[in-house]
Amino acid sequence: MSPPEPSPVRVPGFATQVFQIAAKDLRIEWKSHEILLTMGYLAVVIVLAFAFAFVTVGGERLSPSVTSGILWVSVFFSGTVALSRTFDRERDGEAIRALLLTPIARSAIYLGKLIGVVVLMGIVEVVVVPLTAMFFSAELGQHLLWTALILGLGNLGYAAVGVVFSAALLRSKSRDVLLSALLFPLVLPVLIAGARATSILLDPKSPDLASAVFWTQFLGISGGIFVLLGLWAFEPVLSGD
Amino acid sequence: MSERFGAAVDTAVWQFRICRYHSSTMATEHAPARSSGLGLPWLAAVAVCILGFAYLPQMVVGAPIERTMGPVQKIFYYHVPCAWLLMMSTFVCAGGSIAFLFKGSQRGDRVARTSAELAVLFGICTLVTGPLWGRVAWGAYWVWDARLTSSLLLWLIMVAYVMARRFGGSASRKLAASLAIFAAADVPLVYLSVHIWKTIHPKTTVVPTLGRDMMGVFFTSLGLFTLLWVVLFVLRGHLEKARDDLDTLALDVEDHLEAWEKSAR
Amino acid sequence: MSLSLNAVCKNYGRHRALYRITAEFPAGRISVVLGPNGAGKSTLMGILSTLVAPTTGTATWQGQPLAPGTPLRAQIGYVGHEPGLYPDLGARANLILFASLYGLHLAPTALAARLKAVGLAEDLEGRLELPVRAFSRGMQQRLALARALLHDPSLLLFDEPSAALDPTGAVWLAEHLRQAREAGRTVIVITHDLGLAASLADRILLLRRGRVAIDRTLETPLPEAALRTLYEETLSVPA
Repeated sequence: MSPPEPSPVRVPGFATQVFQIAAKDLRIEWKSHEILLTMGYLAVVIVLAFAFAFVTVGGERLSPSVTSGILWVSVFFSGTVALSRTFDRERDGEAIRALLLTPIARSAIYLGKLIGVVVLMGIVEVVVVPLTAMFFSAELGQHLLWTALILGLGNLGYAAVGVVFSAALLRSKSRDVLLSALLFPLVLPVLIAGARATSILLDPKSPDLASAVFWTQFLGISGGIFVLLGLWAFEPVLSGD
Repeated sequence: MSERFGAAVDTAVWQFRICRYHSSTMATEHAPARSSGLGLPWLAAVAVCILGFAYLPQMVVGAPIERTMGPVQKIFYYHVPCAWLLMMSTFVCAGGSIAFLFKGSQRGDRVARTSAELAVLFGICTLVTGPLWGRVAWGAYWVWDARLTSSLLLWLIMVAYVMARRFGGSASRKLAASLAIFAAADVPLVYLSVHIWKTIHPKTTVVPTLGRDMMGVFFTSLGLFTLLWVVLFVLRGHLEKARDDLDTLALDVEDHLEAWEKSAR
Repeated sequence: MSLSLNAVCKNYGRHRALYRITAEFPAGRISVVLGPNGAGKSTLMGILSTLVAPTTGTATWQGQPLAPGTPLRAQIGYVGHEPGLYPDLGARANLILFASLYGLHLAPTALAARLKAVGLAEDLEGRLELPVRAFSRGMQQRLALARALLHDPSLLLFDEPSAALDPTGAVWLAEHLRQAREAGRTVIVITHDLGLAASLADRILLLRRGRVAIDRTLETPLPEAALRTLYEETLSVPA
């Protein structure tokens, strides 16, 4: 009875690790649709609540900054559903424990989760953006690529912070309350820049594209900073105790 | 109820064990008692703070009245030092958090916690004095100016930090630490983003244009507030340190007792 | 080729979860860790599985420290009381996913062999795509073992593995623990189940209030009744 030679550790490449994590999350979602449905429903309800609160009987158009604000607020609030459910799925059946014991890098888990959340938020936006445009007669379709770019960068900055906190709160009882309380003040720059950029695009006259470019760059830079900080902070936060 | 009963039983057991330990002849080697009180310099600093804050209103009243804004400008002697300390506390908190998160430094953790609490305290002071001044100077308690907005946000994040420490569960220390790190990156971003809109807050360049008498009062006040911050920081840090030491001490005593009981058996 | 703990302490604030644990877990042996609730078993499992860092002291595996984040974790197979699988993913998808995270490509034949090895081949016939949630706890536990063995680990950790198993499942588990021992792996089982412990243990480590109360290597198996007497007698002596 001789002890077996330890099997050589084969660690998959970093990109593969990230891909596997993200693909796994999306695959689970593809089977259940749970996050997309609850998140999309919540986003639509928020938009509707604002519609009832703001739209007058006369049917005057809301100012672009109000419309874009409504859109971004609904994106932010519904985003918490994706953040907390995606980590609930790690906790179910203690899958996270098995995952943490595989030789993959913690930062790959972070990036994989980040991609998963960004994609889910994007899919919900595909529904919510046209709906907002319809409810408030806003011309969101005019600059489709711009809008997509701005929303995508906004999702990235938002999720970059959110994934860290959601992971840190994995075993906390008051997680859902704390998540929004901690997350929203931190992602305020993303909200400001995103809402500004969208409202510029909504300007019915000639949109001030130079400003839109500035805000898009701002979103890109703050998203980048948040991702870097997230990569840095995720490992110690996840190691717990 | 049962919890309190349990604690009482626990205490009784401990007293019994320690009594037995003391009555034995083996209790000769004992760690020398360490002084845990604050030193004389800190007591002096506390005294300076008390006297200084008693005298400060006199100085403020005595300072010349500013020409355009009138007496309301005097709030500035309180507002600016508090705002400066709010800002400083946040960066101290972020520094301590980095040391804790990446080096596991317990001291960094204490520093971060203490300065977050002080940030909340001085933030309240900033956010109360600011609107009072704004009401007179701008005709509105609040305007969405870059400095106001970023101070408010900073304060909110520090409140979130304190909340996270209290309610965050097992990972709360690391959670709060990562919050502080994000906060430090966040504030410049918010400042910049609101600044692009419009800023009507008086610029920091106001300070050099003050008259000599005003400067004297201003820097005295700034010095006093900073001293107050340092005193509170040291006191609070001392308390946290004492708590940590007490934990270690309790464990040491337990080991000692256990070893003794084993040898006595 | 063994795992050793050297004066391992773990404190949570004023609570001492583990206190100066020194123990040796040799390869090719089944070491069983016993102890009442709150004895520090879960903390010990956390340290052995590299997810918790000891406050002081070291845990070493083949001479290298088992600290959080160490690449050595790739040599650990872990089966807990929860399956450690994604309940919403299919059985096949779970195993393929975990294999790929260990850098392995799991071909259909290899998958079938793995399932056969844990006694799941017939039960799973035609049900490989069903979500793990749909399986009985016993089958989930078999899948968990299949997952833990994917990368041929030299250290196998079991945390209350029999908690969800019926008597047939317990027999199955004991058989697989013996197989792992024959294969020369270091096997550590943390359990409440004295029957399982008596039938398998080569070594017994009894924890009590974070300390080692009994550390004994068994040359001949201990009958369950004797183990129970030993367990109860040790715990009944006041601290």
